[in-house]
Amino acid sequence: MSAAAQSRDVLVAPDTSSRLRRREVQGRVLRGLFAGATSFAVIVLAVLLLSIVLDGYDWLSWRLITEMPSRRPEEAGLLSALMGTLWVISLTAIVALPVGIGAAIYLEEYAPRNWWTRILQTNISNLAGVPSVVYGLLGLGVFVNLFGLGRSVISGALTMALLILPVIIIASQEAIRAVPLSLRQGAFALGATRWQVARHHVLPAALPGILTGTILALSRAIGETAPLLVVGAAGYIAFNPNSLTDQFTVLPIQIFNWTGRPQDDFKHLAAAGIIVLLVVLLGMNAVAIFLRQRFSKRW
Amino acid sequence: MVRQTQAYRVSNPVDINVASASGAIQTPPRGANLETRQDNVISIINLNVYYGAFHAVADVSFDVPKHHVTALIGPSGCGKSTVLRSINRMNDLVPGARVEGSIKYHGHDICSPRVDPVEVRRRIGMVFQKPNPFPKSIYENVAWGARINGIRGNMDELVERSLRQAALWDEVKDKLKDSGLALSGGQQQRLCIARTLAINPDVILMDEPASALDPISTLKIEDLMRDLVRQYTIVIVTHNMQQAARVSDQTVFFSLNERRQGVLVEASPTRELFTNPRDQRTEDYITGRFG
Repeated sequence: MSAAAQSRDVLVAPDTSSRLRRREVQGRVLRGLFAGATSFAVIVLAVLLLSIVLDGYDWLSWRLITEMPSRRPEEAGLLSALMGTLWVISLTAIVALPVGIGAAIYLEEYAPRNWWTRILQTNISNLAGVPSVVYGLLGLGVFVNLFGLGRSVISGALTMALLILPVIIIASQEAIRAVPLSLRQGAFALGATRWQVARHHVLPAALPGILTGTILALSRAIGETAPLLVVGAAGYIAFNPNSLTDQFTVLPIQIFNWTGRPQDDFKHLAAAGIIVLLVVLLGMNAVAIFLRQRFSKRW
Repeated sequence: MVRQTQAYRVSNPVDINVASASGAIQTPPRGANLETRQDNVISIINLNVYYGAFHAVADVSFDVPKHHVTALIGPSGCGKSTVLRSINRMNDLVPGARVEGSIKYHGHDICSPRVDPVEVRRRIGMVFQKPNPFPKSIYENVAWGARINGIRGNMDELVERSLRQAALWDEVKDKLKDSGLALSGGQQQRLCIARTLAINPDVILMDEPASALDPISTLKIEDLMRDLVRQYTIVIVTHNMQQAARVSDQTVFFSLNERRQGVLVEASPTRELFTNPRDQRTEDYITGRFG
């Protein structure tokens, strides 16, 4: 025991008290820097939110979400944009979810690890980083013109689906990869096929992660403006979409349109619109958190 | 209590399983082929396993007699588990793993690419080192494997029978709806055995099934193995030589050759291997002189 104490003394000895103090100062400075970085981000966000709420609070009313856009700011609402957003996001989810989760299951559970899947994987990661306006151009070329779907809800939704597909695939892959190997082995050892293992064990275990990633990707899509502008969402639409091939507009585009107007009132209207958009976003994130809790509790 | 049972297992030759084992096994030395034996469930012939460029197991041959416990022992990294996992094609799931040679199961070559691994695993079940119950209810843990394999009939009865066979029924009969993960480690492992029994396999492979368990749970698993071997054929990998001595009828000793490949040194009836090993390396290992 005394030998152990001795050796400990030997180890501590070179660190004289001034050295030790320097290291402690270093630790405190870095801690301050990191805390500063965090508060900077939070404060900027808070200021932005505050200024928007101050700008738009007086214009926030039910009329905003029950009326069509109008030339007169006191009569204008964003019903058509809200409905357009709901249409586009629902369709995007319907298209992107099965494809994205399917691709993730294939890559994680079925695909061999070879140069081909490595190329696929790299490409998916790169696609997640492609600017959204490029997807807009792709959508314009393929869905609007080549497929002849026109400047419609479905063209917008398909473009959005392409945009968020890489994010959904990567998020789902990570959730699937987090499922312990021992679970798969246990199922395989009972004579389960790959599909039975994926369907009964891997997917349920990975579902909370997949849902969270998917809903966050959809939240990102809700705020996207550029690709839909390129695909041809209109700035002024005074009707709700009724079918896949109808023209449409979405919340960010309506807001963008209002901010471009010369009258001050429209600026306030835009701020109120942003609040609506934020509420929709927060609502979706809340759903994501709820689903995550709900499914995680199953065992 | 532990000691008592040990003594019972090792020293009492009247024990029905040990007795029948020593009577039935006349395994020639060095795991030579036993084509002549009628009741070998599995015959491994010149098995070679590679992980990528690494030659992990070299030219291993031995037989697994019916209704016997065969223990695979040897130092870490000598390929025991690799051999075990080849028997039910679990190595298929390891990227880069390649198996050569043949593993005859009732005369069919399991290693053939034409054989469906799902079919193999349905007949050759496996219990893993770390208990890995499904994150489902105890009932579902047992019923799931049976259900996906298309076993019909009274599922409640099958679940009860499997849990009884695994000596777990009395402990869980009032909480079948509880999560399998709520059980203790030893109970979880017996649950894993129960779910394997539920698909009515022919052979049960066990990869160090008790190494993550406390001595009492270990003892229960060992007793269970002696019970199960009346109906099933068991192959077990163990690091614990006393365990091999206690539960097995035949012991296969693996070691590493100079090229770090896993090789079979000796396959003998357990009593013979531990009391009168044929190979110097076996003797060094079982007497703790292994270097």
